[in-house]
Amino acid sequence: MTLSTVKASNNGRIVIRAEDVWKSYDEGTIAVLKGVDFEAAEGQTVALCGPSGCGKSTLLHLFGGLDEPDRGRISVNNSEVNRHRNLLRLLRHEVGFVFQLHNLIPDLTLAENCFIPTVAAGINRRTAQARLQQLTDRTGLSHRLDHRIQKLSGGERQRTALCRALMNRPKILLADEPTGSLDEQTSAAVFQLLLDVVATEGVTLVMATHDRGLAERCDRVLEMHDGRIHEPVSA
Amino acid sequence: MIFLKLIVTNLRRHRIRSFISIAGIAFSVAAMLTVVTILQGAIGMFSGILSSDSEIIVFERNVSDLFFSNVPAAAVEEISSWPMVLHADPVLFGVVSSAGHPIITCFGVTAADARIRKATWLAGDRLNFAQHTDDVVLGERAAEFLEATLGSHVPIGHATFHVIGILKTANGFEDGGVFMPLGSAQSFFHKEGSSSVITIKLRNKEEAAAFKSLVKAKYANLIALEDSEFTRSYSQFKILKATAWAVGGCGLLLGGLGVANTMIMSVFTRIREIAILRVNGFSKPQIAGMIFGESAIVSVFGALAGLSVGTCFLYALKLIPALHGYIDVAIEPAILFIVILLALLTGVAGALYPAIYAMRIRAVEALRFE
Repeated sequence: MTLSTVKASNNGRIVIRAEDVWKSYDEGTIAVLKGVDFEAAEGQTVALCGPSGCGKSTLLHLFGGLDEPDRGRISVNNSEVNRHRNLLRLLRHEVGFVFQLHNLIPDLTLAENCFIPTVAAGINRRTAQARLQQLTDRTGLSHRLDHRIQKLSGGERQRTALCRALMNRPKILLADEPTGSLDEQTSAAVFQLLLDVVATEGVTLVMATHDRGLAERCDRVLEMHDGRIHEPVSA
Repeated sequence: MIFLKLIVTNLRRHRIRSFISIAGIAFSVAAMLTVVTILQGAIGMFSGILSSDSEIIVFERNVSDLFFSNVPAAAVEEISSWPMVLHADPVLFGVVSSAGHPIITCFGVTAADARIRKATWLAGDRLNFAQHTDDVVLGERAAEFLEATLGSHVPIGHATFHVIGILKTANGFEDGGVFMPLGSAQSFFHKEGSSSVITIKLRNKEEAAAFKSLVKAKYANLIALEDSEFTRSYSQFKILKATAWAVGGCGLLLGGLGVANTMIMSVFTRIREIAILRVNGFSKPQIAGMIFGESAIVSVFGALAGLSVGTCFLYALKLIPALHGYIDVAIEPAILFIVILLALLTGVAGALYPAIYAMRIRAVEALRFE
């Protein structure tokens, strides 16, 4: 079944909505998204599956305000993305990103990397410290706070990236192949942790992945190809 | 604290590059400090010659250089007789050359002149000054470079003079100069009946304004200025100061280009890192603040290092015997402030383009190629 609009399947409040979103590169010669419609409800975990280049990452970037659609409308928490006024608030308080590569700053410690979003948002040190303690306790990193990134394993780095993404208590977590650079065993462990944390925090997860096994552990799995979301594989 | 660490981290990450950048600013600051201080010192010394035991200088109005000023002897005579004047000393300046010494400053003075009266006489007797037309007294350094001793004859310009004394003064120009009786100097420089300036000592300093008004009223061709006024307004001093600041400014500009180059490299090598910061909510001003912060640290360390190097260099110059008395290492606080401020501004200007570039980095493009 091909759907022009992929509706959130539960009755929760819609926190992300994409309406007829188009995006192309190289002056329109490479069309990546061709009229995507999408909705995700509060607290849902949604997996976007599909081959490389099908537009999964592009869609996540658009949700996070990192890029602008050529056409169409994207709103997060009923507020349209890509209005410059909203963009900083969006990145600081509404969404958190986890990438395939951890994208941590190697010269800083685990704690310092996690403080970056709080520095950007002007959150005071005591609040940030308490939040860091809470997240690192949950992710099993509290004994590594003062360790530099180079000293951490791949799994620990990705868990650090998860902590950093959640520091400012965003409502939405956008994860682009979050376990793509990890071995199978670590990948499974990190992903389970990711699901546990988002469930505890009540965060909406939208994840791009190639790994169908991981995807099927989400509330919804959406298939992307040819620039569109075609069908809900599970609901 | 994290923000500061983000700034410092990049400097520590590329230590050699940071060092070169700091060294660039340091040498620029040192060059500016040295040039400006030496010229300020030279101006101070020249002012010192004029203000030796006097507070007012009278010279020909609208001359660009005191060497071209002509003050008639009649004016000297009349001004000396004014009740408010304690003493009025005519001085004739001239520049000659002799074998191996292209510039020797000559002072035509009377025996009563403070330079003769108050100097330390290393050889000879000041009472013998101006007894004969071919007598001269040499400053200590002039005696050294002319290899003259008491009683010897030295070729100066187109004539030969008999050395009847060697004196020491604290002023480098005077110490390297030749003192002639005023009459001899007038003949030698073909300025019979005139001097370059009159230096005036008043009985009461508070009568300076009245004195200046009187000179203005009596001599349309002359002008009287208090020493501080003269130092401020003399065009040669203005040119020297402007030159010093221009030369120093060019040095600082080169240092600024060094900072710009470093900061551009700094931004180019961490485009991805800046993108990560943007994704984590850093605003464009915060990114720019990081780049400016980095350049400000480079500038501050550069300025401090430059001040240290410059001061050491000035002291080293002062120790060179040939420059004895010419270099004054009294670094004025105003000069220090201006030099540090210029170094900071240069750093900020150097970081302007890199900061704009950093602000324009699009996170999505930087992160797309993982």
